[in-house]
Amino acid sequence: MTALLDVTGLHVALGRGRGRTEILHGVDLTVAPGEIVGLIGETGSGKTTLARAVLGLVRAHSGSIAIDGREVSGLRRSALRAFRRGGAAQYVFQDPLRSLDPERTVFDTLIEGLAVRGGHSRAELREAAREVARLVSLPPGLLPRHPGELSGGQRQRVAIARAVAVDPRLLICDEPVSALDASTRITILELLLRLRETRDLGVLLITHDLGSLGGVADRVVVLYHGQVVETGTTEEIFLAPRHPYTRLLVTSVPSIGDAEPPDPELRRALRAEVRGLTAHP
Amino acid sequence: MSVSPDSATAVRTVADAVSEPLLSVRGLRVSVADGTEVVRGVDLDVPRGSAVGLVGESGSGKTLTCRAVLGLLPAGVEVTGGRISLGDTELTALPAARRARLRGTHLAAVFQDPASYLNPSITVGAQLAEVLRVKVGLARRAARERAVELLHAMGLRRPEHVYAQYPFELSGGMLQRVLIAMAITAEPELLIADEATTALDVTVQAEVLELLSELCRDRGLTLMVVSHDLAVIAQLCETVYVFRDGAVVEEGPTRRVLRGPRHPYTRELIRDHERFGIDRVREQGSRR
Repeated sequence: MTALLDVTGLHVALGRGRGRTEILHGVDLTVAPGEIVGLIGETGSGKTTLARAVLGLVRAHSGSIAIDGREVSGLRRSALRAFRRGGAAQYVFQDPLRSLDPERTVFDTLIEGLAVRGGHSRAELREAAREVARLVSLPPGLLPRHPGELSGGQRQRVAIARAVAVDPRLLICDEPVSALDASTRITILELLLRLRETRDLGVLLITHDLGSLGGVADRVVVLYHGQVVETGTTEEIFLAPRHPYTRLLVTSVPSIGDAEPPDPELRRALRAEVRGLTAHP
Repeated sequence: MSVSPDSATAVRTVADAVSEPLLSVRGLRVSVADGTEVVRGVDLDVPRGSAVGLVGESGSGKTLTCRAVLGLLPAGVEVTGGRISLGDTELTALPAARRARLRGTHLAAVFQDPASYLNPSITVGAQLAEVLRVKVGLARRAARERAVELLHAMGLRRPEHVYAQYPFELSGGMLQRVLIAMAITAEPELLIADEATTALDVTVQAEVLELLSELCRDRGLTLMVVSHDLAVIAQLCETVYVFRDGAVVEEGPTRRVLRGPRHPYTRELIRDHERFGIDRVREQGSRR
């Protein structure tokens, strides 16, 4: 099976001169079509940098990034623009209020990708906007509205609809539900599951909250200080984590279950162990 | 209660010391300037030495209830009915200056974004020492020593070093520990933690929750915890109040509410965890 996203030995450094810091130290990661992969890591672990590198928003220093079999890490200028317009990979940001243009109607936001690509009549664009709104259960009455007039959940639906309107193969969602309330979270996560089914989308789901991946992710990739320290099925990661950082993560997630909460002593020991790790030579 | 007068008095004195809640809110109503009621008759009790959780989504009234207790409602928002008592003191009847004196010494709070409550251009130690001088009345040198002790007690390593650091040099988890130190400096009876761990990484959240439960256990601090995350409340609190649209829709011992939720909204909150949270995988694992 060919991976939809295949990242190998990725190194990314940000900044210039003396301030130059390596953020990713040789990251490997794959996402297959129809697979939802959770990328988990703490603040500053490099998960957002990884996502941005996949979209060509930051440059890979070395290593390769292939999307649907095509190497994209070396793309520059017009080739990069053409790749972005092709829409194979799309990004959904955490805060839709800041990622959506406040002066653009929902309709205009949804058709932008297709309109830029060209070759569609006005009627086709209108139909496309309706269809994609239906796909994310956005009432058609909201199409003439502006982002400021929508609720947080509706805005995140618009952001997801905008992303899937260009029929991408890979969806990168950066903390898509962190800013949402419980009831809205459920509907957005259900939407991701549905899109995976109906469109065979590959999804890279970035989050700092391991707890939110339980019912969504097929696999989990744990990023710690710019390195992948563990990869496994969601069940393996939750029930039998191997790396000390993953074990600390799992025992730190609060639970509503009847099981005894993880022993604080165990967490203390794991913290000491994690602190002792030299994250990178 | 129908017991003979004398023994009843004796019984009540003993029982009151144990069961009289530290904080008691009755029929609390809060309205915004245009008359819209945002807290609609909330009753809650926080027993001394216990940890009570308020759960609900944004706009459910849980934070405004806390703010009303603290006497720190935003401009244009005011208490329009009900009573708030802390021990024997009826808070709603007090003038603003008296209430200000109670903050820090009798009740205190920590919030979601610790950095925004600190002055960015003064070291965290100096800011903590200032609280010790103003609220506890310590002299400069004693305040400094006590501040370092407190930072150490909050689990911060190298407290002398932290004392001399500026807020931007500390991580979110460290800043929240500093804020907790400030909050408990004057030994308040009640600490309100309003989404105090929401912005933190999950491993750091666990550390701060442990610190709060230690303070509860070792110092007899009473906790009122506000969170949108039912699991945080489940880990920390014996009692939970579920808020929706400005009212309490369900309350009870946390275990009871989690096992047998009565209100549809509580069931929805639990469903979120069971379908998308870590509990789903843990349960599947334990069924094998």
